[in-house]
Amino acid sequence: MIDRFSWVAIYPEIVLLVMACVIALIDLLDHSPRRTSAYVLALLTLLGVAGLTGMYAAGGQTIYGFDGLVVSDPMANWLKCFSALAMLVTFIYGRRYVTERGMLRGGEWYVLGLLSLLGAFVMIAANNLLLLYLGLECLTLASYAMVALRRDHAVSVEAAMKYFVLGAMASGFLLYGLSMLYGATGTLDIGGLFKAVSSGQIRHTVLVFGLVFVVAGVAFKFGAVPFHMWIPDVYQGAPTAVTLMIGAAPKLAAFAMAIRLLVEGLLPLAFDWQQMLGLLAIASLLIGNLAAIAQTNIKRMLAYSTISHMGFVLLGLMAGVVNGNALAAANAYSSAMFYVVTYVLTTLAGFGVILLLSREGHESEEIADFAGLNSRSPLYAGIMAICLFSMAGLPPLVGFQAKLSVLQALVSTGQGAYIGLAVFAVMMSLIGAFYYLRVIKVMYFDDPVSDAALDAPMDMRAVLTANGALLLILGILPGGLMALCAKAIVQMLAT
Amino acid sequence: MGWLSLAIWTPIAFGAVLLLLGRERQAQLVRWIALIGSLVSVLVTLPLYSGFRLGTAAMQFVEKSVWIPRFNVNYHLGVDGISLWFVLLTAFITVIVVIAGWEVIQQKVNQYMAAFLILSGLMIGVFSALDGVLFYVFFEATLIPMYLIIGIWGGPNKIYAAFKFFLYTLLGSLLTLVAFIYLYTRSGGSFDILTWQTLPLSGTAQTLLFFALFAAFAVKVPMWPVHTWLPDVHVEAPTGGSAVLAAIMLKLGAYGFLRFSLPILPDASREWAWLMIALSLIAVIYVGLVALVQQDMKKLVAYSSVAHMGFVTLGFFIFNDMGITGGLIQMIAHGFVSGAMFLCIGVLYDRVHSREIASYGGVVNTMPRFTAFALLFAMANCGLPGTAGFVGEWMVILGAVKANFWIGVAAATALISGAAYTLWMFKRVYLGPMVNDDVRKLTDINGREFLMLALLAIAVLWMGLYPKPITDVMDASVANLIKQVAVSKLN
Repeated sequence: MIDRFSWVAIYPEIVLLVMACVIALIDLLDHSPRRTSAYVLALLTLLGVAGLTGMYAAGGQTIYGFDGLVVSDPMANWLKCFSALAMLVTFIYGRRYVTERGMLRGGEWYVLGLLSLLGAFVMIAANNLLLLYLGLECLTLASYAMVALRRDHAVSVEAAMKYFVLGAMASGFLLYGLSMLYGATGTLDIGGLFKAVSSGQIRHTVLVFGLVFVVAGVAFKFGAVPFHMWIPDVYQGAPTAVTLMIGAAPKLAAFAMAIRLLVEGLLPLAFDWQQMLGLLAIASLLIGNLAAIAQTNIKRMLAYSTISHMGFVLLGLMAGVVNGNALAAANAYSSAMFYVVTYVLTTLAGFGVILLLSREGHESEEIADFAGLNSRSPLYAGIMAICLFSMAGLPPLVGFQAKLSVLQALVSTGQGAYIGLAVFAVMMSLIGAFYYLRVIKVMYFDDPVSDAALDAPMDMRAVLTANGALLLILGILPGGLMALCAKAIVQMLAT
Repeated sequence: MGWLSLAIWTPIAFGAVLLLLGRERQAQLVRWIALIGSLVSVLVTLPLYSGFRLGTAAMQFVEKSVWIPRFNVNYHLGVDGISLWFVLLTAFITVIVVIAGWEVIQQKVNQYMAAFLILSGLMIGVFSALDGVLFYVFFEATLIPMYLIIGIWGGPNKIYAAFKFFLYTLLGSLLTLVAFIYLYTRSGGSFDILTWQTLPLSGTAQTLLFFALFAAFAVKVPMWPVHTWLPDVHVEAPTGGSAVLAAIMLKLGAYGFLRFSLPILPDASREWAWLMIALSLIAVIYVGLVALVQQDMKKLVAYSSVAHMGFVTLGFFIFNDMGITGGLIQMIAHGFVSGAMFLCIGVLYDRVHSREIASYGGVVNTMPRFTAFALLFAMANCGLPGTAGFVGEWMVILGAVKANFWIGVAAATALISGAAYTLWMFKRVYLGPMVNDDVRKLTDINGREFLMLALLAIAVLWMGLYPKPITDVMDASVANLIKQVAVSKLN
């Protein structure tokens, strides 16, 4: 039944879609090289959507629309709100970069960005396997196109090709898995899936096979080892602004997908997927951190570090259901959510500084390009240092609070294996600290390679400074965001 | 805002202000603001001493407010007789360090001064935190400014030293974090350190926790055999960095043993005391001998620090009144004395740009005033009665003899090796004929250097002649601690 609530549930998506079309149309009339109208419209759209979803989220209601096809609960709305803000920041940071490199191409940059966000929104809101898949495809198709936006640039094209082939394969995995789940249970509805699986009447073999493929699909989106191969190549090969785009907001969508499929849909199989997530997490932490040490390209290094951070998120997700204690489960999932949100915030700042350093015809991609940044600009060096120390998990920065909450979730299960995992994760953080420190060393201890002053447009400088400050402020006062995540997860589990 | 909060945040606020002043021509302004900031932070710590109630082991100047409600983490501060003096010491040493860096540091003066002021606030935070997470945050955050201090203003091999410092100490503290979280879950969701001290724990849990905490605190102290980072770091760090490292940062580890290991894990502490005593004795005897053969003055003092800190941990783990009080006094005395020794080396290094003992000789002829100070600090370093160094060592040895005669004898050999390496260095650097032109061209200390050394000299003599104010503050808390260690918490 399509009632008023159904429309309320998908207002943000409607706004996004309409505005993406409007921007594409207006762009036909705007021939200015900087496409200011598209830029401003895109920012306004994102602000509006963020405000709308934030308002919904604060309202705290759970609405199912279109006969349970979509769900609009606080968790979904907060994730949408944060994704929209992340996209907003991405547009601001990337503006000069894409303009200088001729990637605007008639505003396509903004249109594709909004469409990929639409895909993320649909994924986050989906309460149905098919809709989830549609959202995923919408997100990834727009991303493939964006990676290839510099079509005269061989590296980018190669990255787009890799991304497309591997991404298509992962989508295939996921679809295959979803079809098995459908075959076994006869329903596409995630709530129905849960009921069918928990009834215990289903053939376990088919379910578990389906589960394996689903987990593989989720792991691909997260970039967890061994489904991580695309991450370093795509992060490095894509234009930096695009790297920022695919590295930030989609992580939130991936988290939503994991929660919807594994927790809301397949919780009765938790014992099976917990072990899988545990293995993926161990491998991600190990390989992500070890491989990052050897990198000289900072985008590649951050790519491997992303892999290791996703290992932490998976640890948070798996710590949830050891003894069926709902409170402990909510604690664990909200720690994962907190981790993912703060990680996106940190990534934005990091790539923001990389974008700032990139000049026309010169990509600041090597770690050596950061040499002596502190002498050239203490402000940007400070922001980058805060970002890296945060990723290393050092207090008083937000990365520490994120690691603390995941470790707390692991240890409070009280099981030896989980405590062992916590110790392992902590040891891997030590390796992580080493390569983050190396970049800080280059920035602070080495002599600058050039004295060229760093200037940034006003809007970018303001947002970047606020972003860096937020990493510190949230590190000192994490209570609000933590409570928000906890509340969202509790309500998600309750319905 | 209570006095403790003021003590923590005043230097940090001044440091933050300094970071906003960037240009080199503002350097003089930066120096004055830094000096004022450090003096103000001394002023706000004074009420802590004057208002301290003697004769109680309870925490004083307690402040408590909710910080992270989801994990029941509180902004919980307080000092007792064990921590009070370290708060005062930290604020005092920061003034000295600001004066010491006055003319020496010419580049990025604002960042240099800001790093030390922020570091000062963070370390005061460590000494006054009564919440596990708060403690950990301050404990770890000190790594950031120290890493930058070593790396930006350090010697030729600074990068190696900065990494070694950072990764060694981080390794230790990460395990501590897991231990804290474990204690949090065991206590039913509390990070309160005083609650942890009443928590019953099984023997295995205690042992595992003991070693997880040991990883952090032993590296920080540093105890043998995880002390190897210290000489490397001292050699490369700038003078001020060495002084703060030796005077205060090393105390964070020893303080951790007193605040966590002993009262929270009394059974494991007693069970593993033999190990701690053995490691301490190795530090005292073996590292003392290692110090004897050093060619580099800073390395020599660094190894001497390891040996002296061995006394501290030895004192703690013989579990009697004499030992623990002696260890605490030794910590404070070592703060003054080693800080002063590093500053003396800095004075010479600024003029000659060498720390090799062999490049000096006969300094007394050109720098008589300076040599007088250096002699006083050298005497304090070998524990001459009447100086700060004597009181603590003497008490630890007495305590050790009370516990076991042979431990006391072994510890007492340190007095011999300590005197040997200190006096031998003194002889080679300051006495004898002038060996080269560098020494002939030396100029004696100026007013600024005189001021900073005089302040330390007063402190060293005062502690040596009249330590009563210090021991008075400690007595009740130490007695309480010994009671806590004596009671088994096995359930």
